[in-house]
Amino acid sequence: MTHYIPITDADRQEMLKAIGVERIEDLFVDVPASHRFPPLDLPPPLSEPELMAELNRLSELNAHARRYSIFLGAGTYNHFVPAAVDQILRRGEFYTAYTPYQPEISQGTLQAIFEYQSLICALTGMEIANASHYDGATALAEAAIMALNVLRNRRKIVVARGVHPQYRAVLRTYLQGLDVEIVGDETPGSSIADALARVDDQTALLIVQNPDFLGRLHDLRGLGAQVQARGALLAVHFDPIALGLFQTPAEAGADIATGEGQSLGLGLAFGGPYLGIFTTRQKYVHKIAGRIVGVTKDIDGRMAYVLTLRAREQDIRRERATSNICTNQGLMALASAVYMSLMGKRGMRMVAEVTYQRAHYAAKRINALPGYRVLADQPFFREFVVQCPRPVAEINAALREQGIIGGYDLSADEPQLGDAMLVAVTEMNTPAEINRLVEVLAAI
Amino acid sequence: MNNEEPPIFTYSQPGKIGANLPAAGVETTPLPAELLRQDDLAGFPELTEPEVIRHFTRISQRNYSIDTGFYPLGSCTMKYNPKLHEEAARLPGFAAAHPLQDESLSQGALQLMYELQTYLGEISGFDAVSLQPAAGAQGELTGILVFRAYHHDRGDTQRTEVLVPDSAHGTNPATAAMVGLKVIELKSDARGNVDLDDLKAKLSPRTAGMMLTNPNTLGLFEEHIVEICRLVHEAGGLMYGDGANFNAILGIAKPGELGFDFMHYNLHKTFTTPHGGGGPGSGAVGCTAELAPYLPGPRVRRRDDGKYEFFTPEKSIGRMKSFHGNFGMLVRAWTYIRSMGAAGLRAVSEAAVLNANYVRVMLKDIYPQAIDRICMHEVVLRGQIAGAPKDVRTLDIAKRLIDYGFHPPTIYFPLIVPEALMIEPTETESKQTLDRFIATMRQIAGEAVETPEVLHTAPTKAPVRRLDEVRAARQPILRYDAKAIEQLQTAS
Repeated sequence: MTHYIPITDADRQEMLKAIGVERIEDLFVDVPASHRFPPLDLPPPLSEPELMAELNRLSELNAHARRYSIFLGAGTYNHFVPAAVDQILRRGEFYTAYTPYQPEISQGTLQAIFEYQSLICALTGMEIANASHYDGATALAEAAIMALNVLRNRRKIVVARGVHPQYRAVLRTYLQGLDVEIVGDETPGSSIADALARVDDQTALLIVQNPDFLGRLHDLRGLGAQVQARGALLAVHFDPIALGLFQTPAEAGADIATGEGQSLGLGLAFGGPYLGIFTTRQKYVHKIAGRIVGVTKDIDGRMAYVLTLRAREQDIRRERATSNICTNQGLMALASAVYMSLMGKRGMRMVAEVTYQRAHYAAKRINALPGYRVLADQPFFREFVVQCPRPVAEINAALREQGIIGGYDLSADEPQLGDAMLVAVTEMNTPAEINRLVEVLAAI
Repeated sequence: MNNEEPPIFTYSQPGKIGANLPAAGVETTPLPAELLRQDDLAGFPELTEPEVIRHFTRISQRNYSIDTGFYPLGSCTMKYNPKLHEEAARLPGFAAAHPLQDESLSQGALQLMYELQTYLGEISGFDAVSLQPAAGAQGELTGILVFRAYHHDRGDTQRTEVLVPDSAHGTNPATAAMVGLKVIELKSDARGNVDLDDLKAKLSPRTAGMMLTNPNTLGLFEEHIVEICRLVHEAGGLMYGDGANFNAILGIAKPGELGFDFMHYNLHKTFTTPHGGGGPGSGAVGCTAELAPYLPGPRVRRRDDGKYEFFTPEKSIGRMKSFHGNFGMLVRAWTYIRSMGAAGLRAVSEAAVLNANYVRVMLKDIYPQAIDRICMHEVVLRGQIAGAPKDVRTLDIAKRLIDYGFHPPTIYFPLIVPEALMIEPTETESKQTLDRFIATMRQIAGEAVETPEVLHTAPTKAPVRRLDEVRAARQPILRYDAKAIEQLQTAS
């Protein structure tokens, strides 16, 4: 018996007797004797207070947002998380439930996912959303697979350079076993127009990101029509916070829109769990991967929620399924639904606006520093490129000494930019924090 | 729990807000007018914080959960989710750390990941572990991509077939198909094992590998596991272990020693990370030294100076997702292993197997066992009750259990068992709970014979009754639309 296992010794004896064996070991006779009961070389168990002390020690070996000013983004951002979000996530009724296969006793999860789908549709302007994917990167990879299933005779994916480099890597991982060509992102500094020029009659999908990896906002109106005129689909990877103010993927004419939902109340969490947002047109509903919740009635005529259009899924269709996905990110979808509900129309706009204004303030101040130059030939949202007077690694090391986590070092991904740093500013970076960053940079 | 709760959108009133946000506090820059969205977030609700909290709290009460009751959902390992783990994952150095911050600022997180890699390798008998995959299905995709990369690296490009038993989870064949490989189904024999003759007939120079869940989805330990691995290896194939049922064999057997080359762990099953109403999971993977160079990065290693660092294996198949895996789940799994220790983990599997066998022997006289053998952590019965009308089906039994306050078992799976009821009690349950469940199952069997209509009309005590799923699929309403919902409510 441990504090998690409620079988007493007396229970065990009674149960073994009922089963008709003498010892618990007799239940494992099917395991080859030579491999049965191997020793496990693990550290001795710790009590709860000992464990919490060790966890605290490990936690405090990490820098974190409560001790450091964070100006690092590159795909995950230190946005404000209202306390109310975590209070809902901590409800055991939500986090200790399984996938809602038994709808009569899973209406809570089902309604939350339905509301998530609805909020995401309102945010993006897209017609339908699924119940989520693992993260933004895998949502985008599933977008490519869906496009290949919609346009079965086309075997090319064009991806713009402005798409997050990790996402482009995941796309290549996912598609490596299929006979598919992925092009368009080879040349550093190439534009969306360059990628569009690669879309031909073999292309199933063009993928762009807005704001792009470098934080730049693009006017994508008309892009969908141009891509569709060539018989291909358009996928726009969006930023959910930017959508509080800026052009939606629907306004770009996107056939598929994906996003990373991390900024919608999930926190940094050292990279996960995050939330893969996936949306598309109603007409592709039978082609999409993952769970979808719909509304119906019970036999008494009461409105109820249920997983629907399940014939696409792996547990039913097996090797002919649209994807192998089973689990989604249900709890993270709930977190984002709570976040979006708290923010509402005004809050979503305010978060985007404060982020935009503080980022621009920071950019102006940094640009005024001798030796530093902000690339601002295009509008940007939250992140911007700073060309620095010395290697970014050196600057970041100096910032660390002052309790500041500097921007993302672009030297490996975009070497043509020289010593360039991608700086992220959110509503969590106070004006005083920004001023301090500028002072410390000036003193390096 | 039976209170209806309207969609959140119905509470919306213009001008409300549920968050207390800072003002910009800096000199402002004009917004680029041509890039602004045109619809002012039409359709977004406007509520205050108490209204939002009440709404989501009320809908939470319309859920069944482990914290509220017995959840014997076979193959899903619905075991208790320790509360300590929730505190652990929320410590600021874990919850508020940036994944791309310098490694010198992340040594605690890296040490935890390194140790978890080591522990998982030790528990399963594998040389290398990658924590990156986000769920079991993604672990499977990782494994089959690794198999493909391994064969291709050796110039062995003809291996295009993956063998999958007919009892397998649907994710197995779906995964093979995602990698462009052909699925070859294997028959099960009369004892619920892989049919060895069928396996021998289907192995060939085209075999990339075989995917096998052990214990399998009948809840049975594969009696010929060592021979199966040998046959597959002799044919040049690799063995994939679906770790969905790993809760049965902690400290009982190590898949790496049995002959598997690769497996995924469902940290959200065996290692207690919460299921979250359908994710997030974590599908960490382990493999032999021979396959380690192909694992996805980043993995963590310990340098000679005692510091930890990320690295990407030399022939890596690439990234499976952004950043480093579902880190919050890794913290919980690490905490679990450290609180149980070696003896505690073995006690987990022993209790899980004891509980399943107890349910088995107490019910199999009424609900025939699919294959009459000692089972592992779960038992598959058939909802075919002697003397009951033919139209009493497993679905009815499952729905009736809801009325008695239990979550139903997994039903109609594995597909090879007619009217399957797959019961996985886990080690979380006491004998008292199991006895209550057993008594209820026997009572339902009696009702099936005497008052079958109560089964057909069940549940009656849940928040809603049986649903019109055909309507949901034929006239899909997949987002809030006041008009569509009004029409639904007035339609007959």
